[in-house]
Amino acid sequence: MSAVGHELTHDHSHDDHHHKETFVTKYIFSQDHKMISKQFLITGIVMGIIGIAMSLLFRIQIAWPEESFKVFSWLLGDDFAPGGVMRNDIYLAIVTMHGTIMVFFVLTAGLSGTFSNLLIPLQIGARDMASGFMNMLSYWIFLLSCIIMLSSLFIETGPASAGWTIYPPLSAVPEAIPGSGTGMTLWLISMALFIAQSLMGSLNYVVTVLNLRTKGMTMTRMPLIVWALWITALIGIVSFPVLLSAALLLIMDRSFGTSFFLSDIYLAGEVLHYQGGSPVLFEHLFWFLGHPEVYIVILPAMGISSEVISTNARKPIFGYRAMITSLLAIAFLSTIVWGHHMFVSGMNPFLGSVFTFTTLLIAIPSAVKAFNWITTLWKGNLQMNPGMLFSIGMVSTFISGGLTGIILGDSTLDINVHDTYFVIAHFHLVMGISALYGMFAGIYHWFPKMFGRMMNKNLGYIHFWVTAVCSYGVFLPMHFIGMAGLPRRYYTNSAFPMFDDMIDVNIVITMFALVGAAFQLVFLFNFFYSIFYGKKASQNPWRATSLEWTTPVEHIHGNWPGEIPEVHRWAYDYSKPGYDEDFVPQTVPLRDGEKDGGHH
Amino acid sequence: MTSLLIVVIVALLGIAIWQLTKIFDLTQTKHFVGEEYKSQIATDKDNNINGYLMFVFLAFIYILTIYCCVRWGDMPLLNNAASEHGKDVDRLMWISLGVIFFVQIVTQFLLHYFAFINRGHKDKKATFFADNDKLEFVWTIIPVIVLAGLILYGLYAWNNIMHYNDEEEVLYVEVYAKQFGWDIRYSGNDNVLGKANVRFIEGVNAVGVDMSDPNAQDDKMAKELHLPVGKKVVLKMRSQDVLHSAYFPHFRAQMNCVPGMVTQFAMTPTVTTSEMRERQGIVDRVNSINEARNKHSKKLVEKGEAGLEPYVFDYILLCNKICGRSHYNMQAKVVVETESEFRKWLGQQPTLGQQVAEEKAAAQAPAVETQPEVTPEEVQEPQIVVDTTAVVAQVIK
Repeated sequence: MSAVGHELTHDHSHDDHHHKETFVTKYIFSQDHKMISKQFLITGIVMGIIGIAMSLLFRIQIAWPEESFKVFSWLLGDDFAPGGVMRNDIYLAIVTMHGTIMVFFVLTAGLSGTFSNLLIPLQIGARDMASGFMNMLSYWIFLLSCIIMLSSLFIETGPASAGWTIYPPLSAVPEAIPGSGTGMTLWLISMALFIAQSLMGSLNYVVTVLNLRTKGMTMTRMPLIVWALWITALIGIVSFPVLLSAALLLIMDRSFGTSFFLSDIYLAGEVLHYQGGSPVLFEHLFWFLGHPEVYIVILPAMGISSEVISTNARKPIFGYRAMITSLLAIAFLSTIVWGHHMFVSGMNPFLGSVFTFTTLLIAIPSAVKAFNWITTLWKGNLQMNPGMLFSIGMVSTFISGGLTGIILGDSTLDINVHDTYFVIAHFHLVMGISALYGMFAGIYHWFPKMFGRMMNKNLGYIHFWVTAVCSYGVFLPMHFIGMAGLPRRYYTNSAFPMFDDMIDVNIVITMFALVGAAFQLVFLFNFFYSIFYGKKASQNPWRATSLEWTTPVEHIHGNWPGEIPEVHRWAYDYSKPGYDEDFVPQTVPLRDGEKDGGHH
Repeated sequence: MTSLLIVVIVALLGIAIWQLTKIFDLTQTKHFVGEEYKSQIATDKDNNINGYLMFVFLAFIYILTIYCCVRWGDMPLLNNAASEHGKDVDRLMWISLGVIFFVQIVTQFLLHYFAFINRGHKDKKATFFADNDKLEFVWTIIPVIVLAGLILYGLYAWNNIMHYNDEEEVLYVEVYAKQFGWDIRYSGNDNVLGKANVRFIEGVNAVGVDMSDPNAQDDKMAKELHLPVGKKVVLKMRSQDVLHSAYFPHFRAQMNCVPGMVTQFAMTPTVTTSEMRERQGIVDRVNSINEARNKHSKKLVEKGEAGLEPYVFDYILLCNKICGRSHYNMQAKVVVETESEFRKWLGQQPTLGQQVAEEKAAAQAPAVETQPEVTPEEVQEPQIVVDTTAVVAQVIK
């Protein structure tokens, strides 16, 4: 199968070689996966800046609820923040937009969009994606969806404000909150487009991995990152359409008078006409995507960490097959655990038992992965590059955040910490910070492949260590205010005397957040500066085994100037006994009697 | 002016960092003349520095955890549960936390220690160690056993909490949520809540009780939730507009209020409000809260605003599902008292039947000239379109 696909793309790309590329076809409407990957990355970074800036605004509000801030007036305007005091519905709007932007636009499209596009063809030995045109379309629809989402910030009633989970009726009825007017409509349109682009991308990734592998690249010789991206795409195909249907039904309820999710509502002195629908149905549909979504976010980060840790430990990844099995197990389980977001939603308690069971099972493959990463470090020869530091950091935050999942996944305990700051601390560590670390690791590691230059290492070190300290500084104390019962999405905690002694924790958290965010500027500078002025990279700077480092530094359409190389071994022959060099590229044939796949 | 200052400071900080890295660069390029790019890959010096920093960072995580435990570790959700099932929840919480702390301490140690001890060196070669079935088996089976225990205990507790015996003598109380407050409805002498639907909302009948239902006549409305100690209460929850969540942190109880649906949560309060106020843990907490309030109060007084009243402990009901602009301030007081105190308090509340009748009588009485001025908003009667054929009043029990 792979051989046929290989021939096909081969011929096709040879034609492409002789095309003269104009500025527009090369940089804008490019169908080259490497360019599309850069487009996803830079768009993701821009969205990330906006998303993180929003988090700072509401952190400042929570820490000093009674003060007024000029920065609010500057950024939000006098309408949203009269006299420098943020309006309470705008607070919720910013919280909503922060969640939406970070989860979907940065950590889904920015992370898997970037690295699927860059790495899948390069690491499996393909000239490009299966469909370059669909790939291009995917990016442009993504950009359109970004623009629509951001444009909702500028309308009079404000952007969507019902939380990133947009539970109706709050999200359905503009009388309930102003953001549920035009802001919500734009949110839904943007999200529908986002899902479309995500599906185009995912289908492309799945087909490319299945059909376009080069000769010798069996599934069990693929690097783990390709496995992770492939499985991520599969989860996306299974779950994103369900969110699309939820969004369409919500649009019907909002604009065409149907009652899928609404019933018996009395608002602003009036009984609304809705009858017979149920918000709980929406919760099911939303979380059927919403939960797999967190794995869509974290699996690429896990794949990147596996790759970067193995390369820089100069050691094969420990338990390659166990890593694949646990990825598959996580992917399968991720689709049958969504109900753990709904233990207290009013659904049948029996379902609560089922979802507790399936949810806690996920801890098993997760534990296997964590232990395998740790064992990969054992007796390694660790090269502490910034990418490596972020990968180790990813393992650390994944463990810290993942462990509290056994509290939240347990229906009995969730009753009490549901929707408190405990939840915020948990998911930010396990899929927010971890995924961001994965993304940073990927950027530092594959920057030379993307831009042909190196990022500055020392700026990378500063970036990592300050970020690492600040991430824990923000989210560790947050568990404690969660265990004091403080609910999330409160504009101020001062309405309850019970929480008055939490004010200093909130100030500490906000300080860490401000410092941490400020040091992301170091990364931004490093990134953009290095694109133009970084030191020239060599072909294989990290001395890695995988195929992407056999392509020339200068990008060419079709990736390899001549034949696509044939693969003879798995991607983890680091420090293999019997070889002088501490890495054996996948293209080196096996010697007589030499075993593949970690056996020797 | 301040903005200019900030810009200048940020710029200076940027320059400082840049200079710092330049210095690093200068000290390193010497060793790699000719292979310039290599200075961008980790050198032995980098490996050493970052290896030690890994160790320092491990210490940081530990110290931060300890500091948090000491400083903010007095977590009200872990002690002094005020309901019968709360003790089970707390026990399971402590066990889970124990497991978490143990695993966290060990795995973070291994991760950072391995990163430190195996930091790279140019003369070293890593050990080719790709697989070991025994090890994989060990760290699959250990989580399986631990989780099996947690799951079994969790499910046992969950079933106990969620299922109550219908035969048992229980008290039915409705918790009714709306933007941005709570209404409480007691089922009265018959212990049956009258049917209700938002389409019946009118005047004092704020939660839409169907007054044609005989069971509804003796229902009683309140703003505070009073509960007798030691008696199982089934809280029936409704919402009139958007999703809310009735969260009772001290009772380890929470359930969403869903428009168009009746949800429920059953619990038995075990400690009265006045008993709880005397518990040492609560006294300490109240003191710590009042300390913070005093500090804050002083600042307010300096600004010429009114100071804060000292805090007295009360059970509380909060909204814990985003519900609109004043979500942060949707609260009600919960009072747990002895059976006799509870009966006395409930006896003082008028029945809904009486209230509705009084309201009707007042509306029919001729208008008195000395009527106090009212704003136009208040005069406007809420328009209620009741399509009687469509209304299906919800049976609460």
